[in-house]
Amino acid sequence: MSAAVLSVGAWRAEVRRWSPSLWIGIALLAVIVLAGIFAPWLTPYDPLRQDYGAALRPPGPGHWFGTDSLGRDIFTRSLYAIRTDLVIGFWTTYVPMVVGVLLGAYAGLVRGWFDAVLMRVIDTALAFPFLVLIIVILAILGPGTQNIYIAVFLVGWTMYARLARAEMLVEGGKDYILAARTLGYPTSRILLRHALPNIIGSSIVFSMSDFVLNILLVSGLSFLGLGVPAPTPEWGAMVAEGKDFMQQAWWISTLPGLMIVVTGVALALLGDGLTHRLGDRHVTGG
Amino acid sequence: MWIFRFVGLRLLQAIPVLLGITLVAFLAIHLVPGDPVRIMLQGRASDAAVAEINARLGLDQPLLVQYGRFVGRAVTGDLGTSIIQRAPVSKIVTERLIPSSFLLAYATLLSVLLAVPLAVWAAARRDRFADHVIRIAGTVSFAMPSFWIGLILILGFGLTLKWFPIAGFGQGFWGHVRHLFLPALTIALFLAPLLIQSLRAAMLDAMTAEHVEVARAKGLGERRILFKYVLRAALIPVVTILAVNIGWMVSGSVIVESVFSVAGLGMLLVHAVSTRDYPVIQGLTLVFALMVIGVNLLADVACALIDRRTRNA
Amino acid sequence: MSPAADAGALLRVEALEIAFRVRGGDVLATRGVSFEVRQGETLGLVGESGSGKSVLCRALLRLLPSPPAQIRGGRVLFDGVDLLALPEARMREIRGTDIAMVFQNPMTSLSPVWPIGDQVTEGLRIHRGLSKSAARDRGVELLRAIGIPDAARRYDDHPSQWSGGMLQRAVIAMAMACGPRLLLADEPTTALDVTIQEQILALLADLQAKNGMAMVLVSHDIGVVAETCDRIAVMYAGTLVETGPAAEVLGNPRHPYTLGLMRSSPRMDEHATRLQPIPGQPPDLARPAPGCPFVERCTFARDACRHESVRLREVAPGHASACLFPESVV
Repeated sequence: MSAAVLSVGAWRAEVRRWSPSLWIGIALLAVIVLAGIFAPWLTPYDPLRQDYGAALRPPGPGHWFGTDSLGRDIFTRSLYAIRTDLVIGFWTTYVPMVVGVLLGAYAGLVRGWFDAVLMRVIDTALAFPFLVLIIVILAILGPGTQNIYIAVFLVGWTMYARLARAEMLVEGGKDYILAARTLGYPTSRILLRHALPNIIGSSIVFSMSDFVLNILLVSGLSFLGLGVPAPTPEWGAMVAEGKDFMQQAWWISTLPGLMIVVTGVALALLGDGLTHRLGDRHVTGG
Repeated sequence: MWIFRFVGLRLLQAIPVLLGITLVAFLAIHLVPGDPVRIMLQGRASDAAVAEINARLGLDQPLLVQYGRFVGRAVTGDLGTSIIQRAPVSKIVTERLIPSSFLLAYATLLSVLLAVPLAVWAAARRDRFADHVIRIAGTVSFAMPSFWIGLILILGFGLTLKWFPIAGFGQGFWGHVRHLFLPALTIALFLAPLLIQSLRAAMLDAMTAEHVEVARAKGLGERRILFKYVLRAALIPVVTILAVNIGWMVSGSVIVESVFSVAGLGMLLVHAVSTRDYPVIQGLTLVFALMVIGVNLLADVACALIDRRTRNA
Repeated sequence: MSPAADAGALLRVEALEIAFRVRGGDVLATRGVSFEVRQGETLGLVGESGSGKSVLCRALLRLLPSPPAQIRGGRVLFDGVDLLALPEARMREIRGTDIAMVFQNPMTSLSPVWPIGDQVTEGLRIHRGLSKSAARDRGVELLRAIGIPDAARRYDDHPSQWSGGMLQRAVIAMAMACGPRLLLADEPTTALDVTIQEQILALLADLQAKNGMAMVLVSHDIGVVAETCDRIAVMYAGTLVETGPAAEVLGNPRHPYTLGLMRSSPRMDEHATRLQPIPGQPPDLARPAPGCPFVERCTFARDACRHESVRLREVAPGHASACLFPESVV
């Protein structure tokens, strides 16, 4: 794979193998990320500035998504919320992934007591409904962005650990791992250089839907009032702000929610495309 | 009977997890930074009153003793007392259990009713137009936050068309069915895509399985093959997917109950967190986990009934 | 093959042409295949994997999924009736009653979620309308007849509880349930251990003798076919290249491919010093070239083989070869 990145020809060949869903997913996500980064240049409004004179305006030329009950421009807030939601979604997906994959793969390689204890911990964590466990942890720690990171991390790694462990158990029985062991390579080398390239695929594919679920989670927590605190633009919180105005101002809730859907679809398409792309290739240990 | 042995074995295997979840539930109070009793009383109580409540809840005992007592009482159904609501937690929770269970069962039913025909259709029209449309609709549906779908359903079917009530649990069985239709549909829209995806794959596997060709060579009709061979083989993934996702369904129900003001366990949890009612949070932690474990056990039994091979696993 | 229609012909396949529609064109799986099977005889159908044997078998029972499969031409006469022209409902009555089939892999031939006995007798209940208990009695008999010990007790076993050899016996019992007049056995021993293979072949021969049914035994191993068959048809790249009585074809092969198959089979190798594989690969069926399809791999090939079209021609009474120079094959 590293060789493929180096040469332009190989890179072109790689790109040619992308399925339409991979293309659309990447393109959509790129647009969303760029919109988040360049939000200040894309809109004349301030996401936090309240303007009671302009409250509850319907979508129109001045305010594409309309304004909320405090007169804030919803399009502006939706753009700035990309920063909140994508960033939280990213870290709450990939930090647990790295830790979980390493722990799970290690457990699957060495087995023994470490594996047994880890599996009991994972079984326990997965016995709880995900959101319930997160809410309970937030009840202990108190709400807030930082505590969301902690709570999701405490729970999120378990799914990756279980996935990686299961893959490792299959992979560990194969000849190239046995060969590496016979040659007396250190466990860390076998784990990182030989096994990991072959077991990381399923975790990467899963991380795409996990990313979606984490964005849904963060926005859900904010919707419940347990997440990102008030004035910060966040999609779930914005939906919650509009729920009492559904009849007279449908746009306050619906349009920020649509941003979640579009982001989710982009990530899901990306995951779908990656599944097909990674599915037809067996990465050899490096 | 194999079924008793099977269930007994599964319960034995669940013991470590049961210990784990009681530990987590127990720690839900003890990990709170500061004095949970003071937090709950929000500084309105005197030191003497706080000490009195601490003694009443046994919070002045060593941790291990407290844990032992907690498990001992939990086994007998005693989950402690809510300081805010001044009632036994088990009683508060039991009242809320019925709407939540009704909602979950209803959502499961709706998602199966949605998913099975669509999956059969998608599998039959594999890689054709209908299949692609169903898959894309599933992807979009999966990415929709349940609180958002809930609000849109409220706006559309409740406020605009006035077909369904938008809040509450209703009176009597048919009242529940009417009141919980939109909440159950909201959960089903999240669950059905997962079901469709796995059922479609399972059906494609089953349809191309050699024993189906053998059945055809025996002169069986397509209808008999579909029901006796294909659907039955595809049933196991469906049950498994439902069981695996019960945690997500419960998670979804927490949010959906808040959106539709259904007085179930989820609303209770959100309420308990905002009032910092730790005994209730603790009891709910336990009950939610037991629900998940119970559903998984049921799913294992169902799988064993469908396919004998899984009985010895 | 002799074009004269024998009075005893139970199955007559005439110029059968099957194509598969795939992306980028059609693949011809069989090209103008003709042969016949007489009452009570065994025809051995041999060829490498991909030569079209299994497709041919499935086509006889109309089991090929369409699309992608498409029958382009020809007739399949069973007892004088063209199976390809029958309505599906009538065809379904013939499957399992007049013509039955045994498949390659016994482990996947039975549904894992049903008791074996119920699957063995399912045909009896569907086609013959037997009651559950009558079917069970007959099923136990069938299982006993194919050598399952303690058949009454094992009737309710699930496939995961039986070995591959036993399962193949059950699949054979299932095929025999309604007393078929023709049995299609598609590589029935390929997935089994060598020791079990002999037992299954002996069982098939035994059942055939007792019931007087005809059989088409498909195998990639000419040795398997040599042991049990009355006549042999050798298939290559979707065409028959040699047909004739077993003793004739094996004793005096008149097509280089038949010779190659014999030399590469361990069973036929008693006098040869070592096995000789056939060099090269079968041709691409999506792009048929003119001339003999075997030309690229043939040690006897001449210039004419590349251009002249080949077809089966009688080289001795009842013995036909598609080789342009059958005399040069030694």
